[in-house]
Amino acid sequence: METSILIALMATAITAGTAILFASLGEIFTERVGILNLGAEGMMLVGAVTGFMVAFKTGNPWLGAAASMMAGGAMAAIHAILTVTFQANHVVSGLALTIFGTGLSGYLGKSYIGQPLPNPFKPEKLGVLGDIPVIGPILFQQDALVYLSFILVPLAWFYIFHTKMGLNLRSVGENPGAADSLGVSVSKTRYLYTIIGGMLAGLGGAYLSLAYAPSWMENMTAGRGWIAVALVIFATWNPLYALVGAYMFGGIDALGFRMQIIDLQIPSYFLSMLPYICTILILIITTYRARKSGIGAPKALGVSYDREDR
Amino acid sequence: MLTKKRSIFTLLLVCTMALLLVGCGGGEQKSEEDAAAKQEQDEQMKVGFIYVGPTGDAGWTYAHDQGRKYLQEQMPDVDASYYMENVEEGAASESYIQQLVQEGSDLIFTTSFGYMDSTIKVAERNKDVVFMHNSGYKTSENVGNYFGRMYQARYLSGIVAGKQTEKDLIGYVAAYPIPEVIRGINAFTLGVRSVNPDAEVRVVWTNTWYDPVKEKDAAKALLDEGCDVITQHQDTPGPMQAAEERGAYGIGYNSDMSDMAPKAVLTSAVWNWGPYYVDTVKAVKEGTWESNSYWGGLGDGIVGLAPYGDMVPEETKELVEAKKQEIINGEWDVFTGPIKDQNGDVKVAEGEKLTDKQMLEMEWFVEGVLGNIGNEK
Repeated sequence: METSILIALMATAITAGTAILFASLGEIFTERVGILNLGAEGMMLVGAVTGFMVAFKTGNPWLGAAASMMAGGAMAAIHAILTVTFQANHVVSGLALTIFGTGLSGYLGKSYIGQPLPNPFKPEKLGVLGDIPVIGPILFQQDALVYLSFILVPLAWFYIFHTKMGLNLRSVGENPGAADSLGVSVSKTRYLYTIIGGMLAGLGGAYLSLAYAPSWMENMTAGRGWIAVALVIFATWNPLYALVGAYMFGGIDALGFRMQIIDLQIPSYFLSMLPYICTILILIITTYRARKSGIGAPKALGVSYDREDR
Repeated sequence: MLTKKRSIFTLLLVCTMALLLVGCGGGEQKSEEDAAAKQEQDEQMKVGFIYVGPTGDAGWTYAHDQGRKYLQEQMPDVDASYYMENVEEGAASESYIQQLVQEGSDLIFTTSFGYMDSTIKVAERNKDVVFMHNSGYKTSENVGNYFGRMYQARYLSGIVAGKQTEKDLIGYVAAYPIPEVIRGINAFTLGVRSVNPDAEVRVVWTNTWYDPVKEKDAAKALLDEGCDVITQHQDTPGPMQAAEERGAYGIGYNSDMSDMAPKAVLTSAVWNWGPYYVDTVKAVKEGTWESNSYWGGLGDGIVGLAPYGDMVPEETKELVEAKKQEIINGEWDVFTGPIKDQNGDVKVAEGEKLTDKQMLEMEWFVEGVLGNIGNEK
């Protein structure tokens, strides 16, 4: 493969992976406090449609992005009420929210279908950085939301692993009883990060409708919310690995198409299976690693916390 | 104790919510009529539609829904306000079709291949209702089927693309390697090479009908490869948007996609179900309907080209118009020999023409297509 094609491939991998990356970051926050959010797909869709509607009406994509985060956060708040306050089953509530989000976004977006967005996020060269050979075209000729994700990932990593707030949030996910006894409010923490998670999922959806497409189509996430949930396991609940994983998922599709083009005699069905085969392989590897080194899911993931049961 | 009570309450709450949501999420059913018109409705003829996707897919289902709206406009005395979206294909669709019967439909259009067996089954039980199944091959006493010769419109759009390409390389984003899609690719390629014998068509399979991101990525891969015109057999405008961003040209599918990519879209190969729906409803209403298999073409107006973009030169339009007339007059059809396959072997001899059956079972690529179907070995 020529260098230029390789560069294009990697640049595409980043754009295609960014929506998944935002949603996985959100899911990492949520799962780190012990809440399993299977509603990511629905939250992405509601975020995508709200973001599009606001950006369309105001002509400002940043307002759209902000609105998408509010919408995603609102959806996540429902999840928090159900799972934290009412201690409902996380799986059921999450699934219900995905179905709800799919229906709601379709309903809200009816009149926006097929409308082009007047002022979407466009790829912009980031000054001198964009001129660096090879790295420039891959990393620094992207749109503003991609740059935002570049900043967000290390920030999230630093926050979770190197601040007191991060320690609190992790402890709530690992052992809510202990956290509670040390004066950390379990329900407040869980509410906060579930909502933050929803906001990021909403932003992931908005990335599709405001930058990638940029337009609104029903069910346009086409399952990316689910990939984001799987990616969290892949990333062992670490934002830095989520970045790698998201770009890999984005890149595998792009790579598949290019393999077809260079006439590798591989059936297209096999290429379509690649991302999923990779997920299974990585699940096996991570589970194995988790056993050896103790890195695994937050211990209290999916478990409701009740003081009286302590 | 308190916990137990609370969890039961929550469970109930969640269940209710889930039920409510399922109700509005899948297989939504809508009525645009208000209650006041209810009495009138009872005497009105009711027409129902089953859709595989959302009406907002900007593609396949959108085109069918435009047909439904056209029908309602043309025949205000008929009630065509009943439709169900996102109905799963296969056995699950049976209950949805039955539900439309229960709503009092006199005629039901089931608009995807996967509803074929369910349609036949429901029709068996409801002999007084007429069913029309889209894109299948089974019929019965009260079930007809209908489809369109999209390949004719594809051929015409191929002429436009062949004239426009400068690099003599055109990208085709295709869903699945099935005869319907292969036929379209072949017809398109024949059209391209009728005006530009050196041009080639590069095919990429996505293995999905509906995924805006994936379809766009596929188009990007083709553009990176040097294609300067992109066309598609997909249900979202993703490939057109990719062409627009790279300053390339595109040819849309299903419905006019120029809104989504005004600088790129030369034209679109479109479905126009409306007039056929009107004819069918009239026939049923007047009692002249008989079970049949309908495969309409350019002449019937069920397939065609959307209005051209400004960048399409007059010369091209004239070329297309001339071919279109030949097809409409029945002087010539797309798969008339001599046609060679990818290996250069003659598949259709000079003077011969493929039969409908051969076209419906097509599983080989014509010369000029770059790509493989995956059934060689």
